[in-house]
Amino acid sequence: MASGEEDGTVEEKETNNKKRTKGTIATAWLTFYNIAMTAGWLVLAVAMVRYYLQKGTHKGLYRNIARTLKFFQTFALLEVGHCAIGIVRTSVIVTGVQVCSRIFMVWFVTNSIRQIQNEESVILFVVVWTITEITRYSFYTFNLLNHLPYFIKWARYNMFIVMYPLGVIGELLTIHASLPYVRRSGMYSLRLPNKYNVSFDYYYFLIIVMLSYIPCKNSTHNKTS
Amino acid sequence: MGHVEILDAKTKDKLCFLDKVEPNATIGEIKSMFHKSHPQWYPARQSIRLDPKGKSLKDEDVLQHLPVGTTATFYFRDLGAQISWVTVFLTEYAGPLLIYLMFYFRVPFIYAPKYDFTTSKHWVVHLACMCHSFHYVKRLLETLFVHRFSHGTMPLRNIFKNCTYYWGFAAWMAYYINHPLYTPPIYGEQQIRLALIVFLFCQIGNFSIHIALRNLRPPGSKTRKIPYPTKNPFTWIFLLVSCPNYTYELGSWLGFTLMTQCLPVAAFTLVGFIQMTVWAKGKHRSYLKEFRDYPTLRSPILPFIL
Repeated sequence: MASGEEDGTVEEKETNNKKRTKGTIATAWLTFYNIAMTAGWLVLAVAMVRYYLQKGTHKGLYRNIARTLKFFQTFALLEVGHCAIGIVRTSVIVTGVQVCSRIFMVWFVTNSIRQIQNEESVILFVVVWTITEITRYSFYTFNLLNHLPYFIKWARYNMFIVMYPLGVIGELLTIHASLPYVRRSGMYSLRLPNKYNVSFDYYYFLIIVMLSYIPCKNSTHNKTS
Repeated sequence: MGHVEILDAKTKDKLCFLDKVEPNATIGEIKSMFHKSHPQWYPARQSIRLDPKGKSLKDEDVLQHLPVGTTATFYFRDLGAQISWVTVFLTEYAGPLLIYLMFYFRVPFIYAPKYDFTTSKHWVVHLACMCHSFHYVKRLLETLFVHRFSHGTMPLRNIFKNCTYYWGFAAWMAYYINHPLYTPPIYGEQQIRLALIVFLFCQIGNFSIHIALRNLRPPGSKTRKIPYPTKNPFTWIFLLVSCPNYTYELGSWLGFTLMTQCLPVAAFTLVGFIQMTVWAKGKHRSYLKEFRDYPTLRSPILPFIL
């Protein structure tokens, strides 16, 4: 019937409009998010360069940038949400593992074990992360704006060849440096006897984490994202 | 008399041509014929379909009842190396049985040397060993004498995955329960007695369900029927639940958790519960799809809840 058909097309138009609006909102949000993250990591980069130029040493540099680093790295948890609601076409698990590995490094190693904060390995991985993240977030931004400069595209697909192994080395050396302090303090650990009949040794846990870098950091899905 | 050609599902290459195939030949028989020309693909690892991306045909399907012409075209996919369900079950259950006993008897290199071959002073530790061992002996015997499996085989990689899970958790639990510094349950005898009652009740329940399910299916067949309560009161739970074997299994492990008051046991119970819920929901959905008159009061695993 005529009126029935009209209703049908009106409904179709409405759902199509809704889809288009959702798509526009998603694109707008993602563009804002990626610009903000690019800016954040740029601020971090500038702060590190300024500190080094002023003080001439890397000692105390971590303490200086710690708050900014923690803020922007933790904010990246949102990316798991982006995948979960489908506005970014990447696996939730892959993104989750990557973000968690960063969060672990920042909060459970570097932040909580003060004695290693002046290690060179810390500066190494923070510099690597900064370069990688500025490249990555600006790549996403330009993609969303449909104007991708060749330089950014080149950087995104080629820098990781050097950055990735350097980052892994920085992280591994940092965890390794923290081991004696973890052992001595017994932090994050639970000894027997206790009423839950379980124990946890953070020292051995960190060793297992270091060993797991071999299979985990070698897997193909880590190599570009 | 028909002809059968088998193509690779991915590459569409012609792998095999069988001429003069009886119209009443089964897929199983066709698989045996295909195996002769390709000895590396034994029937258990063949997936034969009408459509490259379609569902596998069953071994019992008859050629003339399928929507094919005089020359039937089938697509083949290699399921990979296969291992029998019985082998997997026996291996994954024998592990925990032996591993737990190694910790119970405090075999050297686990605890400090002064504890080698000593026994725990807590009687609940002996009780726990008996319960754990009984559970896995029961599972082994059920695998050999009770269960009637729908599928003969599963992919080989499953045995590594499954054994890691069962053996790993068994070692983790056993390490703490049999540890010289083990702390017995806070509420002492009362807690242990209640836990034992729950455990035994659920072991009997679980066994009753396995027997009831076995009796639904004549030997050697793969028929599926709706299970109903029998004269055995332990099967009356079928009124409320599709997979009471999983319900009773959860109950057994809750009992064991209460008995040992050990966090790793609680973790094992939780992970097992999650997996069994996934299986129960799948089974419940298959029942609903296959049987129009499936009882509506039933839930997959927990009455009225899940």
